[in-house]
Amino acid sequence: MKAKEFFSKRKFKWSFILSGLAGGLFLTFVLALTVGSVNIHPFLVTKILFSKIIGIPRTWPASFEAVIIGVRIPRILLGALVGAALGVSGTAMQGLFRNPMASPYVTGVASGAAFGASLMIVLGIGSFWISPAAFLISVSTAFLVYSIARARNKVPVETLLLAGIAISLFFSALVSFTQYIAPEKQLRQIIFWLMGGLWGSNWDKVITCLPPILLGSVGISLFSRDLNAMLSGEEAARNVGVEVKNIRKIVLILASLVTSSAVAVTGIIGFVGLIIPHIMRIFVGPDHRILLPCSFLAGAIFLVWADILARTLIAPTELPVGIITAILGVPFFLFLLRRRKKLMGF
Amino acid sequence: MRLKVDKVSFSYDSLAALKEVCFEVKTGEILGIIGPNGSGKTTLLKCINNILKPKRGVVFLDELNISSLRRKEIAKKVGVVPQNSVNRFDFTVFDAVLMGRFPYLGRFDRETKQDFDIVDRALELTGIQNLSSRLITEISGGEYQKVIIARALAQEPQVLLLDEPTLHLDISHQIEFLELLKLLARNEGLIVIIVSHDLNLAARYSDRVLILKEGEIYQAGVPEEVFIPKHIKDVYGIEVEIIRSSATNSINIIPLQFLRQNPGTQK
Repeated sequence: MKAKEFFSKRKFKWSFILSGLAGGLFLTFVLALTVGSVNIHPFLVTKILFSKIIGIPRTWPASFEAVIIGVRIPRILLGALVGAALGVSGTAMQGLFRNPMASPYVTGVASGAAFGASLMIVLGIGSFWISPAAFLISVSTAFLVYSIARARNKVPVETLLLAGIAISLFFSALVSFTQYIAPEKQLRQIIFWLMGGLWGSNWDKVITCLPPILLGSVGISLFSRDLNAMLSGEEAARNVGVEVKNIRKIVLILASLVTSSAVAVTGIIGFVGLIIPHIMRIFVGPDHRILLPCSFLAGAIFLVWADILARTLIAPTELPVGIITAILGVPFFLFLLRRRKKLMGF
Repeated sequence: MRLKVDKVSFSYDSLAALKEVCFEVKTGEILGIIGPNGSGKTTLLKCINNILKPKRGVVFLDELNISSLRRKEIAKKVGVVPQNSVNRFDFTVFDAVLMGRFPYLGRFDRETKQDFDIVDRALELTGIQNLSSRLITEISGGEYQKVIIARALAQEPQVLLLDEPTLHLDISHQIEFLELLKLLARNEGLIVIIVSHDLNLAARYSDRVLILKEGEIYQAGVPEEVFIPKHIKDVYGIEVEIIRSSATNSINIIPLQFLRQNPGTQK
């Protein structure tokens, strides 16, 4: 077979996979809109949505419209965005570090965000400042870890991983301290934040985290070829022309930015960023040109599904979605792991 | 076209690894670099394509100073087959070779028909078209070595650097591989530089040989001049017999006895 034929066939296959996942995401959206404290028929949901664009006489209670437009849509969008962010940045981190244990949180962004949030809660400054503070401290943590790991103009990945772990532990201790001194009510708030959840979703949060997550994800995907070459080692990548040092820095910054934006609005949601990249790698292989968009879509689908369960399993009470992602994701992942006997490539 | 290594020195921290190394290689020529472990062979290769930046000295490709170029520009001129390449990830042979087009593709570019044609040609030159849809994790070591060469050829380089390329190959694959390099040098006009521990293969396939000893050039010249018992004894500390094969008309180096040991104590 000639290369041209092979690659055009493959392009077709990749488009097929991506449309499949996009379709899956769309169906997930529709389903997520219909279930909740009141179940609304999918047909009615569609009608309500279209009534916003074209004039349809209203035959439904006004509360339905308020629930769908004001509550469910922002929550679903936020879930999708955060899931996508964690999927993409997890994939980028694992590729960058060539380490299957890497997650979006390797550069300490999660514990940095946790410290920022818990500090704001304890100081009682007002809930408006929680997300911005979490974001700022989160991003600064990533820069701190990077500059600690840089020695003599080199940034070895092992040092970077260890620096990330050390700084994470440091910030965790600070978070524990704030918990220790916090009064009962604030303590509860901190614990809820740390568990991670989509309960505080609103349109403002969607609008603030949408640009960094989308731009960051597109930015990371521009480096797919570089990441592919870097999988065969730093030197092999340099031999084919990759400026490894610069690329590593740029992708690290982009991935940290994407993760921080997600963590700042929803708290720490674990397992999505670790497991989604592995699952997608099992299905589509190690090539970042397809792996990154697949992880983006699959992360979105997975987190919206997890949230559907989180808010319906023991309704009317909600569970933190982080609990669901772990309870649901881990067994599925272990099942795949047992079947394939190894993590792809690692 | 010629590659000129001009007084290149390199040191790891305070440890001098190369001292004022000078040589030239012309287009179509195969240069073999030999020398004991730690004599600076791999360091020299890495200095040539600026993976390691020489502390002093310059590497020229014609009038072009290689160390002043960006990595993509170097990759268009110099292809490398490193000592131990890892192949843990499930890329197809097609994809692995297409990576050689990296230096020609901008961040927003897609591969064109020309890139695919070059990949086809690299696969054809290395004789692995039949493997092209296979995964690189599912082929043999010898086949993988050819994939790496094909990737380097897809870079359309003028210089090919190889670091012990025959290390893990059986003798038939060794000969097949070196015949391929000879062909690439003669027909494609490549400058081929091979670092090797295999003195016999170096003697048979190199147009010229360079012996490194403690980071310095000990001897350089055609194999017949370089491979004489005195030189080998000086550099490796071992007595050898040199014979000429009537079949290949190349010289063979037969190791005899290690000098610093008593014959009786050897296992």
